[in-house]
Amino acid sequence: MNLSRGARALLRLWLVLGLAVIYVPLLIVLVNSFNAGRTFAWPPEGFTLDWWARAWGNQGARAALWTSVQAALGATAVALLLGTMTAFAVHRYKFFGQRPLSLAVVLPIALPGIVTGIALNTAFRTTLEPLGIGFGLMTVIIGHATFCIVVVYNNVIARLRRVSRSLEEASMDLGADTFQTFRHVTFPAIRSALLAGALLAFALSFDEIIVTTFTAGAGVQTLPIWIYTNLARPNQAPIVNVVAVFVIVLSVIPIWLAQRLSSDGASPTAHTR
Amino acid sequence: MAETLAPVAPGGGSRSPGRSLSAFLHQRPRLRLSLLLSAPVAWLVVAYLGSLVALFLSAFWTVDTFTGALIREWNLENFRTLVTDSVYRTITLRTLGVAALVTVIDALIAFPMAFAMAKLVSPRARRFLVVAVLMPLWSSYLVKAYAWRVMLGEGGFVDSVFGTTPGYGLTAAVIVLAYLWLPYMILPIYAGLERLPDSLLEASSDLGARAGRTFRKVIFPMTMPAVIAGSIFTFSLSLGDYIAVQIVGGKTQLIGNVVYSNIGAANNLPFAAAFALVPVLIMVGYLMAVRRTGALDEL
Repeated sequence: MNLSRGARALLRLWLVLGLAVIYVPLLIVLVNSFNAGRTFAWPPEGFTLDWWARAWGNQGARAALWTSVQAALGATAVALLLGTMTAFAVHRYKFFGQRPLSLAVVLPIALPGIVTGIALNTAFRTTLEPLGIGFGLMTVIIGHATFCIVVVYNNVIARLRRVSRSLEEASMDLGADTFQTFRHVTFPAIRSALLAGALLAFALSFDEIIVTTFTAGAGVQTLPIWIYTNLARPNQAPIVNVVAVFVIVLSVIPIWLAQRLSSDGASPTAHTR
Repeated sequence: MAETLAPVAPGGGSRSPGRSLSAFLHQRPRLRLSLLLSAPVAWLVVAYLGSLVALFLSAFWTVDTFTGALIREWNLENFRTLVTDSVYRTITLRTLGVAALVTVIDALIAFPMAFAMAKLVSPRARRFLVVAVLMPLWSSYLVKAYAWRVMLGEGGFVDSVFGTTPGYGLTAAVIVLAYLWLPYMILPIYAGLERLPDSLLEASSDLGARAGRTFRKVIFPMTMPAVIAGSIFTFSLSLGDYIAVQIVGGKTQLIGNVVYSNIGAANNLPFAAAFALVPVLIMVGYLMAVRRTGALDEL
């Protein structure tokens, strides 16, 4: 397209400005975690590592971090299993209800989180509580897994569509049974997609707050919930900054890895909350 | 097939249990399919969709105003309140307005950015830029909303750089929501533009169209589904948000906030459920309306 030089420059400038706007708030949190002043007036008053030291010693934050890791691992495991099974079923077979099923996979992230949250909350209250299963880590894992399935599903089905079936047929023709074929042919082909899906599911669960609010019991506090409750306490603000930076770094690593593992990893927007 | 080949495998005489099971399954595709589907269907269709249906049904119940107990009798009281009480009409319209505004702002910011990413920079830079847009998408929602609270405060970053700040309120809510969902708009548009062959743009200019005309006649119609795909996210996420609104919105009430307070403080789950159906219905209507544009395939 014959864009004038000025137009090109303008578009590039727009891109740079847009990215700057995206990153400025994150940088501010980073800077403020070293800010000696408590009020976060701009510019910062001085440099200190005090908040980092205090955050490190904060028992509540540590416990919340551990809870978040447990919840994310549990949700990832469930999502990995169910997402992969669904992807195989949808990709390999034609069956009644296929389209509704693939819609049901996407629905938990397409509907607002608060809807998913209260729907699960009501369901748990009416079905699990009479059985004596109260709200706790288990219900958080169930809630998170529900919307994490889609990222595993998207990654795996995108990979399956690219892997040629003839490799599996060759393996079967050479005498391998279903399980041997899966172990030696299919699994290696989809391994990196599984890993990418798992990393994204982990990050998604780690960051989730709305569904967590509605599915966690009184004693269960994930890191986002901890941040949220401490936002309201002014003297905790500096520590919240540190935890926030920590969370950014911790959730960016899996995303970066996932991106490297699967540049084809479904459509980029399929990784929504 | 595997049956006839079995003798070739080592230990051909006595078949291992794994191999028998494999042959058994191989001959029964329906059984394999049911085994694959049982767990996901039980989870998603029965548990998740079941919960949604339960929520839908409870919207027709009411709560005893004195005891707070659920009255499980079918009635339309909640919906009548939603339609007739001007407070809820205003909140619904405000939420719709915010969601629409956020979507338009994001589309206007995202399109030129996505265009520059897809058509102006080198492939190397392109990969880097995709990750650069993707990373903040994943860095905690809460942290980003909170960062804006710090920035918008008096004496904060915005105040000291621009000399003024919108403070906490409806404007701040729109700014922060537009900020939070921007990557959800950039990425589908970028994907759409990347798929648009450069040769089409060259053909258009060879035939004498200038940039503006090429944009109107070629680029825009072909990337419209991608823009709509992005709008599904920005719209849906804005309709349901209450946390960012609580953090920077001041006294602003959107549907999400009312739903949340009805579950918690007001302890009126049926009304919360009824009000939560509003964004669901809006989204379902929106999805139906855009289905024919092909936007859903871009998700």
